[in-house]
Amino acid sequence: MKIAVIKYNAGNIMSVDYALQRLGVHAIVTQDHELIRSADKVIFPGVGEASTTMRYLKKHGLDKLICELRQPVLGICLGLQLMCRHSEEGDTDCLGIFDTDVLKFRQPEKSDRYKIPHMGWNSINKVRSPLFTAEHEGKYVYFVHSYYASVCQATAAETNYIVPFSAGLHRDNFYATQFHPEKSGIIGASILENFLKI
Amino acid sequence: MLARRIIPCLDVKDGMTVKGINFVNIKTVGDPVELGAMYAEQGADELVFLDITASHEGRKTFVELVKRIARHLNIPFTVGGGIGHLNDIEALLKAGADKVSINSAAIRNPELINQMALHFGSQFVVVAIDALEKDGKWTAYVNGGRIPTDRELFSWAKEAEDRGAGEILFTSMNHDGTKNGFACEATARLSDELHIPIIASGGAGNMDHFVDVFIRGKADAGLAASIFHYREITVPQLKQHLKNHGIPVRI
Repeated sequence: MKIAVIKYNAGNIMSVDYALQRLGVHAIVTQDHELIRSADKVIFPGVGEASTTMRYLKKHGLDKLICELRQPVLGICLGLQLMCRHSEEGDTDCLGIFDTDVLKFRQPEKSDRYKIPHMGWNSINKVRSPLFTAEHEGKYVYFVHSYYASVCQATAAETNYIVPFSAGLHRDNFYATQFHPEKSGIIGASILENFLKI
Repeated sequence: MLARRIIPCLDVKDGMTVKGINFVNIKTVGDPVELGAMYAEQGADELVFLDITASHEGRKTFVELVKRIARHLNIPFTVGGGIGHLNDIEALLKAGADKVSINSAAIRNPELINQMALHFGSQFVVVAIDALEKDGKWTAYVNGGRIPTDRELFSWAKEAEDRGAGEILFTSMNHDGTKNGFACEATARLSDELHIPIIASGGAGNMDHFVDVFIRGKADAGLAASIFHYREITVPQLKQHLKNHGIPVRI
């Protein structure tokens, strides 16, 4: 099985590669269009800022490429956000694969103050899609983000932080998680494994 | 619900885990990767690896170690200890560290926080503050708690947040090593005055001290070293105890 991890100007892509290695899978970390197109599975990871990253993707033709892919694609964190319509971060038009917008966490007017970013372990609920199994319901996974994708038809898992948001998304061959499966212990590893089995 | 985090801290010297007993008589506890993996398996939410090696060669060893940790560990980890230059920080990020903590370097050159946040993102920047309370005033110290500065804890922590720190790791020097509990009041004040997560460190001696620092101290995470290394308490026991007290934890 050939796995391509899309390489771009984002930090800490290595940890996704390491997580795949722990599952006994060797991935190619690349931005070569042919290698990405011919892979059996594609992972679109990301830590970084939305507008800078979208500019980079466009400059390298990766925006069109990602949308055209027909094999299973998994976006992680910023990857998920860039697969949505629009992000409030840098007022950025994104890839539009998922029919929802990315908003910034705002303090609720009443009730307790929340820390932003949403950082740490939180539980996923209402899980569906081949990424998850019933045993993932209510389990804790690791998040670090200040923006979130609103709940929509493609929502495949929900997490509550100030508001309920999309912890997972799924439409056709496109999958995404807001949390970092590569940093989410054995639960995260089993979610990555499920993706590899699709 | 967002869980409160339990973070074992591992001191590393020349690639091996140590824990200082009064700092002169350092005992070797073992391989950092092995120990880290054991904590991860037990349910630790995050780990901190603190490099206490002084030499230049030792620094290179540490970067190699960070690569090995990143390959094996499936939970987030922070690295820290004597880090002062953007180049060192980038090397650690590329090696696979999720976060880097800076302490003395941030006080000497606060602009470093802005640069780190700009280059790598705030989520990558942990500002560690060692502070000592005397006559009601908390003073930040540098060089492993040896040299006092003109910085006051709360205003410095706020400045660090404004400059782009993603988290504050606060160690009370009054409590560190005492095993009499965390500095709950100061931690709560930090948690109230800042908008970023606060990791409390220094003073953990039993499981109730963690209950205290999460409830009274409003900490987002609790860090400890020796009580875990010497198995006085284990992570699963501690988490069950916290859960019994209504504190949200990942079990």
